[in-house]
Amino acid sequence: MTPLLAAENVGFAYDAATVLEDVSLDVVAGARLGILGPNGSGKTTLLRLLSGALRPTRGRVRLDGTDLASVSSAALARRVAVVPQETELAFDYSVLEIVLMGRYPHLGPFEIEGPDDLAAALAALESTGTRALADRAFRTLSGGEKQRVVIASALAQLDEAPRTRLRQGFGGQAPHAAHRTSHRLLLLDEPTASLDLKYQLEIAAVLRRLHDDRGISILLSTHDLHFVRAICTDVVLLSRGRVLAHGAIGDVLTPRLVADLYDIDARDAAPLLQ
Amino acid sequence: MMASVLPLRRGVPMVGLCFVAMVVAIVVAPLIGSTPISLGRVFDANRAFADNIDAQIFFITRLPRAVAAALVGGALAAAGVVFQGLLRNPLATPYTLGVSAGAALGAMLAISFGAALPVVGVASASLAGALLAVFIVYMLANARHRGISTTVLLLAGVTLNAFFSALILFVQYLSDFAETYRALRWLMGDLDVPSYEPILAALPFIAVSFVAFAWLARPLNLLSLGGDAASTRGVPVARAQRVAFFSASLTTGAAVSVGGPIGFVGIIVPHLVRLLVGADHRLVLPASTFFGAAFLVACDALARTVIAPLELPVGIVTALIGGPFFLWLLLRRR
Repeated sequence: MTPLLAAENVGFAYDAATVLEDVSLDVVAGARLGILGPNGSGKTTLLRLLSGALRPTRGRVRLDGTDLASVSSAALARRVAVVPQETELAFDYSVLEIVLMGRYPHLGPFEIEGPDDLAAALAALESTGTRALADRAFRTLSGGEKQRVVIASALAQLDEAPRTRLRQGFGGQAPHAAHRTSHRLLLLDEPTASLDLKYQLEIAAVLRRLHDDRGISILLSTHDLHFVRAICTDVVLLSRGRVLAHGAIGDVLTPRLVADLYDIDARDAAPLLQ
Repeated sequence: MMASVLPLRRGVPMVGLCFVAMVVAIVVAPLIGSTPISLGRVFDANRAFADNIDAQIFFITRLPRAVAAALVGGALAAAGVVFQGLLRNPLATPYTLGVSAGAALGAMLAISFGAALPVVGVASASLAGALLAVFIVYMLANARHRGISTTVLLLAGVTLNAFFSALILFVQYLSDFAETYRALRWLMGDLDVPSYEPILAALPFIAVSFVAFAWLARPLNLLSLGGDAASTRGVPVARAQRVAFFSASLTTGAAVSVGGPIGFVGIIVPHLVRLLVGADHRLVLPASTFFGAAFLVACDALARTVIAPLELPVGIVTALIGGPFFLWLLLRRR
């Protein structure tokens, strides 16, 4: 089966400094994959390459087998949505406005959001437990609330349903199974790095629910062993820009590999995995 | 619950109100002046235009000025909104990136050395100066990046502002008293246009830019989340930044060529409008355009009348009203 998103021998360098070297990974539909690594291991750069925000200097990233370089940014945005570590706004938007911004890749250049887009936005707020915040100014929210709203915006972005059904109805083409939500991917870059434990648990619960109820695939980066175990089934260990190990959580998170990853003693790593 | 209505729709009546304010300002301002005229007599169908003094004062003397004020005010306010969105900085003005300094240098050169080159008018010289500044800043910001770097853009603009200011002082130093006086008056901002001609000359530039603004409104919203966030939502970030930079610069250059570097409109109006309609650029842009037009027409009417028969340069009025108002706004929001 063609993976939803794949990195093939990807490398990246900022001027002379090599950040990633020869990284390969597959994200299959329905995956819950974590990229685990210490600070500075290249997690954020890898996610930026996978989301198309950055072009690899070597290798390629493929969406459904097609090189990202030849996928339009709107087509990519309808399949893959990104949640950054933190979101700072330049202007004072409301929560609902932020979530509606996720509808960008579904609208034409001068098109205005319609009832379908509003429905998608409200459903996304509902799924992240932020429906009651819709009219609040984003600026006034707590860190955990902000992060859930940004996840809601990403969900609204991935929600193809109403418009597509309408357009495909005109074309006389039945909705294709391959374009259902299980083939949509949420990329999260250290989504809880600046949140305390309570909010971390909240975000973990939201992400598990999105996977189970909406069938959304999840790829997240983190340096937090507990967070990755709370959500993911598979994990990629990233160390100094290279893949150290790749596989099911139980096989990869061994004291020896974790010790290697964080450059600590194996005796100290064992208790972390209890 | 309110959330069942699209937030965009809630702002539309306020945009309409700003439009009405603009129309009222443009019609009422020409009625104010040393010679009182009445709207009834201006539009009296029984009198030929050649015999209708009220109509002549209205259409030939005062209306061009009101229209110029509206055009310049609307253009500067809209350019301010676009620069603020592009730089993700609510304190940016249309002049932050050096457009006005370039325009001023062009104007100064035309005023001081114009006798040697009689073909070049002050307006076109200032527009040429503005375009030169835009070109330099763009080349600097674009040199090492795939898109525009907004940090380099800001630094280049600030540096160019300082450098051009030095050149302006140098040109003034070489000028005689009469030229220096004219130059100073130009820098204060003045909407005393002799006819519709300078308005028509600036209009194409502003019209083209406003088409770009209409396309930019939604990308600017997403750019407010940051470049990466915008690009992963499907916004062509590099293109949007380029279009924003050039269209806002062109509008600013055209506006300054008509009225000189009138200050504060480009920063106060967007802020005030955001208080009225929220942050969505699809509302902020049209509302700022209309409100900026109304604001500058009103300021100009004040400038013409407050110490009549003398006229204050309108730039002094906008700064005198705008400065304290802006401070109040800042304090109120803390």
